[in-house]
Amino acid sequence: MPNSVPNSVADTPTSETWREWLNTDTPRSRFQARMGALWRGFTRMTSNKLTLFGMLILVFLVLVAAFAPLLAPHDPYAQDLGKRLLPLFSDGHVFGTDSLGRDILSRVIYGSRITLYIVALVALIAPVAGLLVGTASGYFGGVVDVVLMRVTDVFLAFPRLVLALAFVAALGAGIENAVIAISLTAWPPYARIARAETLTIRQADYIAAIRLQGAGAFHIITKHIWPLCVSSLIVRVTLDMAGIILAAAGLGFLGLGAQPPSPEWGAMISEGRKFILDHWWVATIPGLAIFLVSLGFNLLGDGLRDVLDPKSSSDD
Amino acid sequence: MSAAIETRELNVWFGKGRDRVDAVRDANLIVPQGTSHGIVGESGSGKSTILRALVGLVPTVSGEMIIEGTSVTTPRNGAFYKTVQMVFQDPYASLHPRHSVDQVLNETLKLHGFGDREDRVLQLLKDVGLGEAFRFRFPHQLSGGQRQRVAIARALAPQPDILLLDEPTSALDVSVQAEILNLLVDLRAERSLTYVMVSHDLAVVAHLCGEVSVMQNGVIVETLPVEKLRRLEADHDYTKHLLKASADTGHA
Repeated sequence: MPNSVPNSVADTPTSETWREWLNTDTPRSRFQARMGALWRGFTRMTSNKLTLFGMLILVFLVLVAAFAPLLAPHDPYAQDLGKRLLPLFSDGHVFGTDSLGRDILSRVIYGSRITLYIVALVALIAPVAGLLVGTASGYFGGVVDVVLMRVTDVFLAFPRLVLALAFVAALGAGIENAVIAISLTAWPPYARIARAETLTIRQADYIAAIRLQGAGAFHIITKHIWPLCVSSLIVRVTLDMAGIILAAAGLGFLGLGAQPPSPEWGAMISEGRKFILDHWWVATIPGLAIFLVSLGFNLLGDGLRDVLDPKSSSDD
Repeated sequence: MSAAIETRELNVWFGKGRDRVDAVRDANLIVPQGTSHGIVGESGSGKSTILRALVGLVPTVSGEMIIEGTSVTTPRNGAFYKTVQMVFQDPYASLHPRHSVDQVLNETLKLHGFGDREDRVLQLLKDVGLGEAFRFRFPHQLSGGQRQRVAIARALAPQPDILLLDEPTSALDVSVQAEILNLLVDLRAERSLTYVMVSHDLAVVAHLCGEVSVMQNGVIVETLPVEKLRRLEADHDYTKHLLKASADTGHA
């Protein structure tokens, strides 16, 4: 029977613990229902050790970026040619210094801000654009579908970095243009996913049911189709983040992204490339940072898939 | 007596050219106000398609559909959806998996421009025999019968005169079927609704309906009062065949 929670418990909210309040089968308000769903998602996600590890990496990244001025031992731009290319664990420079004598640890710490900036902007632009195009294409079908999907195919036909290179070459080098270029090349897969999901959702009875309440196309797409597409897009975004960070680093490496003296990780690797045989740490430390953050996003993406995928989470 | 629903020469088809399938052919249906009309037939006979065509979910239609004396417009307008509502076959598919019961009912009421939605949601839940405890549940926290009650509450929200029922019990357990059927009987009595119910189960139709149309291959072959059906007095061969098949399996 669904009414397993006795009424006496429901009548005395003060005696409930937080956990009971969150896990109740019979929430008494919209807020409680929403919080309960969030809590169950959170516990399910954190029950997976690897996901928790990925989440910790990303929390660490955010904290480092937020408190960069406090954490960095040196000014990331301060040059000291007398102390150039110091090895690891030298006095005052744990990760050594680069070819201009700048402290690598400080530069990696400040570089986390640039990485977060890129990640946040791309995560805002690409999936949203893909969602708009994909759901409109899938819902309306016909001519709209054909036109939008052919445009998507054109973008998909190019390798991401090559297309980003072309955009940056046209728009000019710089971190903002790199973000725009990456976003422009990243949205087509999202549009494809959103369209595929929309095609299956569109036929569902619950969409027919809401149409019978007189709902218009805009209402149906935003209120009924988007919520179901968003979860698979979020998973895809977190899994794509590693690739996006690498693309940004690649652009930086090629000198088309962040410009010197900006401590962007890809640009730092590019600078260290010249000394890679004799002074390996100059390129390796920012490389490790990129690796760690990419790993964090991948682990989190895997965990989010378990939580958000409606096929696996609808029955709990 | 004025007819709640009348169709004249209703044709519904899918696809075009050589792929064209005529799902319903020249269907003439008259359902008087306040009555309950059953449509029976085997799978693919076009019975559900008639309902979907009535509410405008199938666009490829010819012929005339008249609801309470006025021809329907395409696309249907708000007044139509306030008059005619539908309950779908599969309660597992007809509720949005991410919307709570409260969201479903609230949204429906909002789309129809109702003001005092809080009270109405509670009243609707009461009307379909669900308590307040179910208000903030999600579909996956409900049983099939409870889901179908929510779907019925949603259909009742705009206070329609006509309810189209597309095999509302076929996806449910037998014991739950009876509960839902009794709920539908009670609701019709309380609100003097007009029902059109599609089913392949003669017993269900006989329980709920006063008149029954029998469909075969997209054609209404016979319309007869349910008493005649009970006495097994069918005129058309196909109806006799249906009755025999039903009697053999122990139904009706």
